[in-house]
Amino acid sequence: MHLISATGLSVHHGGVDVLADIDFAIDRGEIVTIVGPNGSGKSTLVRALIGLEHTARGEVVHQTGLRIGYVPQRLHIDASLPLTVARFLCLPRWIARADISAALARTGVAGLERRPISALSGGQFQRVLLARALLSRPDILILDEPTQGLDQPGIAAFYRLLSDLRHELGCAVLLVSHDLHVVMAASDRVICLNGHICCEGAPRVVSAAPEYRALFGLGTGGALALYQHVHDHDHEHDIGHGHDPEHPHSHPHDHDHPHPPPHPPSDEPPHAG
Amino acid sequence: MLDDFLFRAALAGVGLTLATGPLGAFVVWRRMAYFGDATAHAAILGVALSFGFGISVYVGIIAVALGMAITVASLAGRGHTMDATLGVLAHSALAFGLVAASFLTEVRVDLSAWLFGDILAVGRSDLVVVWLGALAVLALLAWRWQALLTATVSDELAVASGLNPRREGLALTLALALVVAVAIKIVGALLIAAMLIIPAAAARRLARGPEGMAALASLIGALAVLAGLAASLRFDTPAGPSIVAAAASLFALIALLPRR
Repeated sequence: MHLISATGLSVHHGGVDVLADIDFAIDRGEIVTIVGPNGSGKSTLVRALIGLEHTARGEVVHQTGLRIGYVPQRLHIDASLPLTVARFLCLPRWIARADISAALARTGVAGLERRPISALSGGQFQRVLLARALLSRPDILILDEPTQGLDQPGIAAFYRLLSDLRHELGCAVLLVSHDLHVVMAASDRVICLNGHICCEGAPRVVSAAPEYRALFGLGTGGALALYQHVHDHDHEHDIGHGHDPEHPHSHPHDHDHPHPPPHPPSDEPPHAG
Repeated sequence: MLDDFLFRAALAGVGLTLATGPLGAFVVWRRMAYFGDATAHAAILGVALSFGFGISVYVGIIAVALGMAITVASLAGRGHTMDATLGVLAHSALAFGLVAASFLTEVRVDLSAWLFGDILAVGRSDLVVVWLGALAVLALLAWRWQALLTATVSDELAVASGLNPRREGLALTLALALVVAVAIKIVGALLIAAMLIIPAAAARRLARGPEGMAALASLIGALAVLAGLAASLRFDTPAGPSIVAAAASLFALIALLPRR
């Protein structure tokens, strides 16, 4: 049985189809990356898979007793609530002090136990959220754009951490990324989303190629890979799922498939994803 | 000692703050101040209906307060903002309660006692009700504490952890109805929300954790009860408002403390 599966999943926001007819499944130990332009429904999809969205059609099935470690894209904690990092990690289950310290150390924010949540930087809070997710001994880690605001070595380090954690915990990883082309090399599958699933496949691991070295520099340790989009359909004749007819695709990659890899991210216009 | 009206008043007030401390903390964290107001105002309608139908006042208040909370929750989901919904319902409930009370010609309802409370008239049986109610609320909050706190931090994290934030919210609503029912004799319908919010808001500056804030809120509330009663005795002022005034003074005092 799949950890999470969805069949014919559709989600409406204010009468508009945000997601239409999504079929999706993820199994134990798998790493799946979801990419797509802004407003393509990436966050909506992971939220629907968790059970945070009202589904218009279709269904989402969780394995019985599924434990989800969720790291949302943003989380606002009301300033009226005094909360230290350690106390936050003890929600909803009390955790032994040693385990808290170990989880914080594992995610690279050791020693923050007594710090108020409100005093954390965005990056630190993200790591604390990840630590909380780990402490729930998850069957699947779900992370919504966790690399936002990180530079490339930071992204590579984060992906290495995720890949290590996958092996340690034996869990699946479902990752939303705003980068359409450079993805986590350890991804078993990349799903390109734009209201529906545009294409799906394994990333190209080109870390050995000299062009790649030139592009990404040294020290990313093979954590990054390129994803080559192979869209088997043409959006210009595909009306009715929210595309602007003048700009059938808002994402920057062109549609003369296949792409000539490698595709330097630095050449891209400021992120559309 | 229980024969002394002042001692009974103090005991009732302190008992109430056991519940208003932690519950008030949740009201502050979840921004439910106006929600507390609406529930408390609905209590007047509950009082009128109880007299009209000859049932226990406590039962009437709890029923109407729960009805109010459920109405708010269902209306707020239908395109009205929470703020406007509460604005409509809080005042409507108060108005309908006052109108309904005016029909009760046979029983003279002393409305001011219900609006402003009459802690000095608390009898032995009231004392039992206040303490049982407060302990029930405390037990309910203690039982749901971790889940409630998780849902308060984030509905999304709660759902991902397999909790049901809606059910936890309902537990809080039930606790609020219970507190309103037992508090109305002490501070009155108009000032119940003050006893929830002011001590908890005062405690925020001194607390480092949620449990500490809840306990401090109870402590500050209890101090306010004692100080308010003393002031009421000394200056011959109404007891309920004196207690709230004392709580407000404590809030101001703590707000003026130098930054740590």
